[in-house]
Amino acid sequence: MDLSVSLGSLRLPNPLIAASGCFGYGVEYSDVVDLSILGGVAVKGLFLAEREGHPPPRIVETPSGMLNAIGLQGIGVHRFVREKLPELRDRRAIVVVNICGTTIDEYVELARILSDAGGIAALELNISCPNIKEGGITFGCSLTGTHAVVSAVRKVTRLPVIPKLTPNVTDVASFARAAEDAGADAVSLVNTFLAMAIDVETRRPKLSNIVGGLSGPAIRPIAVRMVYECRQAVKLPIIGMGGISTAADVLEFMIAGASAVQIGTANFVDPFLWSTLLEGLRAYMDRQGIARLADITGTLDTTRREQAWISS
Amino acid sequence: MPCDIDAVVRSNTRLSDEYSVLVLDAPEIAGLARPGQFVMVKPSRGSDPLLRRPFSIFQILREESGQPTGISILNKRIGVGTRLIYDAEPGARIACLGPLGRPFEPVEPPAQAWMVAGGVGLAPFLTLAEALAALGTRATLFYGARRARDLYYTEAFEALGVRLVPATEDGSRGAKGFVTGPLDDALASIAPGASVKLYVCGPTPMMRAVATLADFHGRPCDVSLEQVMGCGLGGCYSCVVLTRRVGAPPHFVRSCLEGPVFDAGRIVWEALAH
Repeated sequence: MDLSVSLGSLRLPNPLIAASGCFGYGVEYSDVVDLSILGGVAVKGLFLAEREGHPPPRIVETPSGMLNAIGLQGIGVHRFVREKLPELRDRRAIVVVNICGTTIDEYVELARILSDAGGIAALELNISCPNIKEGGITFGCSLTGTHAVVSAVRKVTRLPVIPKLTPNVTDVASFARAAEDAGADAVSLVNTFLAMAIDVETRRPKLSNIVGGLSGPAIRPIAVRMVYECRQAVKLPIIGMGGISTAADVLEFMIAGASAVQIGTANFVDPFLWSTLLEGLRAYMDRQGIARLADITGTLDTTRREQAWISS
Repeated sequence: MPCDIDAVVRSNTRLSDEYSVLVLDAPEIAGLARPGQFVMVKPSRGSDPLLRRPFSIFQILREESGQPTGISILNKRIGVGTRLIYDAEPGARIACLGPLGRPFEPVEPPAQAWMVAGGVGLAPFLTLAEALAALGTRATLFYGARRARDLYYTEAFEALGVRLVPATEDGSRGAKGFVTGPLDDALASIAPGASVKLYVCGPTPMMRAVATLADFHGRPCDVSLEQVMGCGLGGCYSCVVLTRRVGAPPHFVRSCLEGPVFDAGRIVWEALAH
């Protein structure tokens, strides 16, 4: 049984990647999970410099989901390379580094530093965090901005470049197309949906940042639809995410067109879910007689119903 | 290394219409647990409510041979998740991840340990009291609640040789008012040369008041903070606490990894959500 998948030149042992912002720098989980069994580890978004992020409360639960406004607290790229990357290498993790900048030059600088660091499998461009005002999402919400940041990073690195797209746009597929035109190796989607929750007794927002990003099972059907739309629009490999917590959820995204997936919020609920998901995928392949999991990508069958009408 | 147990509920004793003590069969967690550590408990099987909740380990249960068999948590019904836990019936299964976090460090004789608890903040102190008893450390529990019937498990502490100093807001047991009243008096009358360490858990304003008293009287003080947590393992960065640093501006640290027990002097209390 072959669970491996390819994202352009990048080959992963299986499609399950820990989502950025939901897995710390990976090393936090090395006692709980054998990092080498994951398809990849997308580490928490890195800026050039350290950042403190937003004051608490930073998360709030919502029906089958959660809002977060962490504000990209982080140790910065230099400390990451010095303090975290060696352990990730030792643990044989496939490391995807999520990078954030306020200008194109910062993305380029980050890409240069990480390309020289060694032991990194791919760069994910965070152009979609809804929780910080400057940079990031301003690129992700403009087609020319997306094109500009992807092509600038493309020029300075041989690592696979994977822009992470925001769902907070009218037509996400056009952003996937802009990324493809600019030379991206894959796209990942979706980041969280901009959302809000209010305490009616105090009439105050439940997050210190007032608004935050919605994740978890609540967003899954919208995310699946967006992956499906992008599949129609581009030939690039797609990394799908949004509320995945079971093997069936993984398969849903793959059938809609994803070559790999990321798992975020579900990891908070069950940090041991990786082996359960892998077992679930194997059971499905066994049941369906599938030898290569990668073969199910984009196999959504939308024709049967129409044919039934014609033949009757 | 923490483990995740799909634990059977052995009992769920309702102490009042707010409080219950939930006993879980979790020998692996019980065997590893140290005083002041916590577990992440999943109140529902499905996705609503979605996240686990952090709870201090209230008791470590053992067979007569000493073999650990389970843990209990002290639950106060305040929201959706704690309501589900309050209603849990024996035989049900509840996922429980732990033990997690930085434990209390019990002081050794001749130093004395003064535990200061407010309401549900009693939760981390029974395990600490056991550890102190094992070391032969003299221990006192300053314990505040609204009224006498909201003071729980006082006999369990007394059985461990802990001196009890209760305080109630209505004066129905012990000193009338907040627990900081008798604590302040006691701090002011410590014998010269005696060494006392404070351990505090309770509502944020109370912990802040105790930290201020400890600082004024020059006594070391550890606080066990209760922050909203997403994962308990350092993945989500939601449970952060603003802490002081020498030669640098204050800095957010993750309560699940660096806490929940902190030196009170590190905390920037003004920044802590109430």
